[in-house]
Amino acid sequence: MDITEFYETFFEEAEELLGDMERHLLELDVDEPDPEQLNAIFRAAHSIKGGAGTFGFSVLQETTHMLENLLDNARQGELKLRTDIVDLFLETKDMLHDQLDAYRNGAEPDPEAYARICQTLKQLALEELGHSVGSDSEADAAPAAGDAGDETSSAQQDAAATPDTEQPVDEAAEDSGWLKVALLNVSDKDRELLVEELGNLGTINEQHGDASRYEVVLESATSRDDIEAVMCFIVEPEQLSITAIPAPGSAETSAAPAADMPEPPAEDTASQPREDKPAEKQPAESAPATPGKAEPANKKPAKKKAGAESATIRVPVEKVDQIINLVGELIITQSMLEQTASELDAVAHGPLVNGMNLLQRNARDLQESVMSIRMVPMDYVFSRFPRLVRDLTGKLGKDIELVTEGQSTELDKSLTERIIDPLTHLVRNSLDHGIEMPDAREAVGKPRTGKLTLSAQHQGGNILIEVKDDGGGLNRDKILAKAAHNGLAVSDSMSDDEVWQLIFAPGFSTADQVSDVSGRGVGMDVVKRNIQAMGGHVEIQSWPGEGTTTRVVLPLTLAILDGMSIKSGQEVFILPLSAVLESLQPSHDDIYSMAGDDKLLKVRDEYLPLIALHDILHIQGAERDPTCCIAVILQAEGRRYALLVDDLVGQQQVVVKNLETNYRKVPGISAATILGDGSVALILDVADVNRLHRQRSSAPKHAENTVSRQEDVVS
Amino acid sequence: MSDMTQAAEAAIDTQSQEYLVFSLGSEEYAVDILKVQEIRGYENVTRIANAPDFIKGVTNLRGVIVPIVDLRIKFNLDKVEYEGQTVVIVVNVADRIVGIVVDGVSDVMTLSSDQIKPAPEFGVTLSADFLSGLGSLEDRMLVIVDIEKLLTSEEMALVEQQTK
Repeated sequence: MDITEFYETFFEEAEELLGDMERHLLELDVDEPDPEQLNAIFRAAHSIKGGAGTFGFSVLQETTHMLENLLDNARQGELKLRTDIVDLFLETKDMLHDQLDAYRNGAEPDPEAYARICQTLKQLALEELGHSVGSDSEADAAPAAGDAGDETSSAQQDAAATPDTEQPVDEAAEDSGWLKVALLNVSDKDRELLVEELGNLGTINEQHGDASRYEVVLESATSRDDIEAVMCFIVEPEQLSITAIPAPGSAETSAAPAADMPEPPAEDTASQPREDKPAEKQPAESAPATPGKAEPANKKPAKKKAGAESATIRVPVEKVDQIINLVGELIITQSMLEQTASELDAVAHGPLVNGMNLLQRNARDLQESVMSIRMVPMDYVFSRFPRLVRDLTGKLGKDIELVTEGQSTELDKSLTERIIDPLTHLVRNSLDHGIEMPDAREAVGKPRTGKLTLSAQHQGGNILIEVKDDGGGLNRDKILAKAAHNGLAVSDSMSDDEVWQLIFAPGFSTADQVSDVSGRGVGMDVVKRNIQAMGGHVEIQSWPGEGTTTRVVLPLTLAILDGMSIKSGQEVFILPLSAVLESLQPSHDDIYSMAGDDKLLKVRDEYLPLIALHDILHIQGAERDPTCCIAVILQAEGRRYALLVDDLVGQQQVVVKNLETNYRKVPGISAATILGDGSVALILDVADVNRLHRQRSSAPKHAENTVSRQEDVVS
Repeated sequence: MSDMTQAAEAAIDTQSQEYLVFSLGSEEYAVDILKVQEIRGYENVTRIANAPDFIKGVTNLRGVIVPIVDLRIKFNLDKVEYEGQTVVIVVNVADRIVGIVVDGVSDVMTLSSDQIKPAPEFGVTLSADFLSGLGSLEDRMLVIVDIEKLLTSEEMALVEQQTK
């Protein structure tokens, strides 16, 4: 069996565990940590460590191991949590993530980063548990006692955790190689097992005693802690006492005082990969000898995992896409059948018609359920922001509360992945430029703590994502000045909306200082472009002194589109409904011509460029008289225009089919779909049609170009 | 009849290949049959704006959007008609599916390598680059088209050219 086959599963699982860990760490109340959460964090670290060990990712294993020890101390109340400690844990989590990525790419993790994080964690252990680290015996008793006193469930887990947790190198015991193992109040049966087990670890030189105290003198190269770890499968830590004794005939070594308990001091645990190999092996060897206890201990976490697996299954996205495609076909076939059936006499063919209705309903239901497979809650996106906000507020010295709303709103998986970057940028902007410093906020009578709200909600076939801050708002004058400085065409009479749109221009930043958070002016244009590439758009609303709201509107999915089918000549096209504002029949009085060929349509005091679809796409037999056409008002990339079409056919959901699979990109067309009659209809790219129109009108005459640009600015 | 002997020949001569023979006007052409996916009628083609005239548009092939190329227009044939006999040969080249409109499909033939003569270096509309050779079969001449090369060529404008 090739173990590498399971790498991917491990990576995915580890990634999820790290995500859980981060979430819990962020939610953790430092002053009164919830034991359940601490346990959850600990479990996550432990599971990763286990997997990493199995697959031989030693650096990852080592790092999690150290983290786990500290977490364990925190869980036992040994380590008093502070914000900076949580920060350190978060940093470690990031490091683990990097290491995971490195392994995933088949590389070894950065050794320097590893050494650094080791150092930091050790340092923390030393500082926080310093008193306990100093003298082994006293300190170690405490956590172990805590261990045993814990609820049975976690105690069992600990038992499972202990063997590979313990890989310390106890110099003193190691040097001597002679140990006196005292078994206190151990039953005869267990004692036999233990002695046998000890025999496996080294040479038993002497054994005597009774049930209350049975002493075994062992000569072994195995460290004291390892022995304890093995013994803990069978007996409680309190029942065990291991003392390093000087080897007969050898000089007395600086034997450490009796260490009663298995819990190793955290600082000791930075063992080298080589050293933990025996420790890894021994529990495995000892397992058969102690089936009674070892197994239930191991079973517990395994069972939990099985439960989680039955609740969700991992499926490659291609498989889901294939199902979606097939269901799309089914829907098309179904509507074809329906068309045929509708021509039949409903009375004579009653059962068929009924059957068709049933088929239609089932097919729609099926489509909906299949589409929902791709949907993931926005929580998937929002969950990464608490961390970002926490880090940035610390860095910026601001005090900001993050509120998320509508986490359960669902969005297509492929979109959630692509929305993360733009949203991150918007959040950074709000944190850096939007929300003021606490003092400045106080000065204007606002609470010191700024508020950043992330919300998501469904709006028709779209999802509306808002990033809202209660900061100072955008500075109109500053933006205008900067725009003029950058050579953009601006005027003081521009509406607020138009001014806000300016910040989406490439290279635009009004930040006085470039911080390492934001302000370099790259970004907002990229944000806009990315969102547009997803078929969405972005708007800004801002009120001086009250804050800024950035609204991102995205289609729910890219696989299905709410479309409006239109006709020009004999050809049917689909317009994305999200781009359609309204449609009307233009009258002669509303059509104005400009610079010869260009036509403008006046719609409620607004002059919109009038674009005839048949001109752009060279459609034969289309209506040439604008007043006999329908003008569909469309909005794309922040511009509006009126598209002249012959007829509106209807609204329908269409399955988006890629044209580029077998053909190539067609100007003005974003994709294709299959209509109910089996024919192909092209889906118009609303923004591209506008671009085509401008190219055509500007290409022959350059003078016209400047005129229309000024027109753009004024309108 | 001759199919039998041809099949027997194919078994003996490993160099021979099977070709699908189709007609464009009075000319006969052949393509490697392994590239052919299916043959279907010409119907329901949606025009694509601003595309070369030999690209008739796209059609729905069981849920897949497939471009349709009319080789008769591409090869400057006089008579281009769409009637009952007009068929579309659906070929699978370079991981793409493309339909080509032809006047009719006549048969499948096995040609051995010695029956295939090199294509002469001429041809204005159909460059010799796109020909695998000329098949001579008694009094018939088959123009063997390298359909993959032809359809992925820049002048067919079917494929986005990487170099652009």
